[in-house]
Amino acid sequence: MGLDFTIIPGYLDIILLGCLWTIAITAAAALLSFFGGILFAVMALYAPAVIRWPFKVIEFVFMGTPLLLQLFLIYFGLVQIGIDLPAFVAGVIGLGLHFAVYNSELIQTAILSVDKGQMEAARTLGLSRGQALRKVVVPQAVRAVIPPIGNNMIALLKDSALVSVIGVSELTLSAQRAIGATYRPFEFYLLAAAFYYVINLGMEWVQRRIERRISLSR
Amino acid sequence: MSTDQTHLTDFVQIRHAQKAFGQLEVLKDISLNVARGQIVAIIGPSGSGKSTLLRAINDLDPLTGGEIWLDGTQVNKSLPHRQYEKHINQMRQEIGMVFQHFNLFPHMTARENVTMAPKMLKGLSNEAADALAEEQLQKVGMLERIDYYPSQLSGGQKQRVAIARALAMKPKLMLFDEATSALDPELVDEVNQVMKKLAEEQMTMIIVTHEMDFAAAVCDRVLFMDQGVVVEEGPPEVIFKRPEKERTRAFLRKHLENAP
Ligand SMILES: Nc1ncnc2c1ncn2[C@@H]1O[C@H](COP(=O)(O)OP(=O)(O)O)[C@@H](O)[C@H]1O
Ligand SMILES: [Mg+2]
Repeated sequence: MGLDFTIIPGYLDIILLGCLWTIAITAAAALLSFFGGILFAVMALYAPAVIRWPFKVIEFVFMGTPLLLQLFLIYFGLVQIGIDLPAFVAGVIGLGLHFAVYNSELIQTAILSVDKGQMEAARTLGLSRGQALRKVVVPQAVRAVIPPIGNNMIALLKDSALVSVIGVSELTLSAQRAIGATYRPFEFYLLAAAFYYVINLGMEWVQRRIERRISLSR
Repeated sequence: MSTDQTHLTDFVQIRHAQKAFGQLEVLKDISLNVARGQIVAIIGPSGSGKSTLLRAINDLDPLTGGEIWLDGTQVNKSLPHRQYEKHINQMRQEIGMVFQHFNLFPHMTARENVTMAPKMLKGLSNEAADALAEEQLQKVGMLERIDYYPSQLSGGQKQRVAIARALAMKPKLMLFDEATSALDPELVDEVNQVMKKLAEEQMTMIIVTHEMDFAAAVCDRVLFMDQGVVVEEGPPEVIFKRPEKERTRAFLRKHLENAP
């Protein structure tokens, strides 16, 4: 049985729909991982111990265990304690928190390496420590780690394929469904790979635009 | 009349300031009064405690003993932690500080550097903040660069924006810690000109400097510090032309062209 790409058009609609879901879940999880990463970083560095410890536990769980297991826990596990999340939401939370922890590591290091004259200048003007962190230190730290955060977001896109196991009809699952109907794994997996690559290019383009926009302000 | 006089000389008071970093005594019982509108220069060798003294005035380096007063209010008064934070943030709004390395916020334009604190702390509207930025940047000759980022400015321009940023809080007192030491020689004058202008406007200033000529030209009084004490103080004519202490003379021999 040779390759036959002519069967693709008949399934293009479900593959494209899968692309949209992949983009949606990646975008939502990326946003969560970005702002969650900032929050985790600030908590890890400055929160009182009572607040810091629960965050440490989350960090430990999300760094030290497989993402797949985390998705199972959030989607299937939480039901048992009465939290029944839609698959998409569970996927966003799992992916988002997982990568928030990685972003948080980057941001913590960056916060600590912001020149201490910045905090001093802000305090000298009368800002409280919290205000100075929010307006002066954290924005600089985040700018400094936009490139590695971008790398994390590309990894997030690839790992978004994992949410297929909890039934989100994203690109990988859509390809699998097309394969189930046609028994043509090679064609549809290649097609899915091509679409991942295109989305990846799109993300790199966005990242370059962001980097160019902040290049003066660093 | 006499009460007026007291009030004037009381404007800034440093009373028996002491500061130790662990075992290291950096300020040993320093007292200093500055009248409203007066300009005091602090000179002295590196490591003598000049920066620490300035940084104690706005509590960046809290004193281990002694008191700082500004315009009738004690800056470093003892209060419970939360109240103290509120108090000190309020006091710092009234004390502008200019650093050797500018410490401009690199992610903000000149305008944003100037308006950030007034907007945040005084609730200025966008319009009022823009007017303030234009006014202050005009004063330091940086209006044309109002929407430039620090990375697009020279050292002298950065320092002028940093001065505008401090002035935008309408401080009662300005502290300068070697504001021109990090600048290329040809950029020093533009910053000195701005400081002279402030002097003409009767801004009360305490200026740590290595530039004896500038101190002589602008300041009402000069303090010579060494090893955490004020060795000698007086009007610039006296300190620079006929200092009494040998330590002062030795220092000036190194830093003046035609030293006494
Ligand atoms: N944060 C600090 N911790 C420990 N020692 C310090 C600190 N800041 C300053 N010192 C010490 O205090 C002394 C005075 O420093 P400084 O006030 O910076 O002097 P100056 O500004 O006159 O050069 C120096 O010996 C310096 O090493
Ligand atoms: Mg110094």
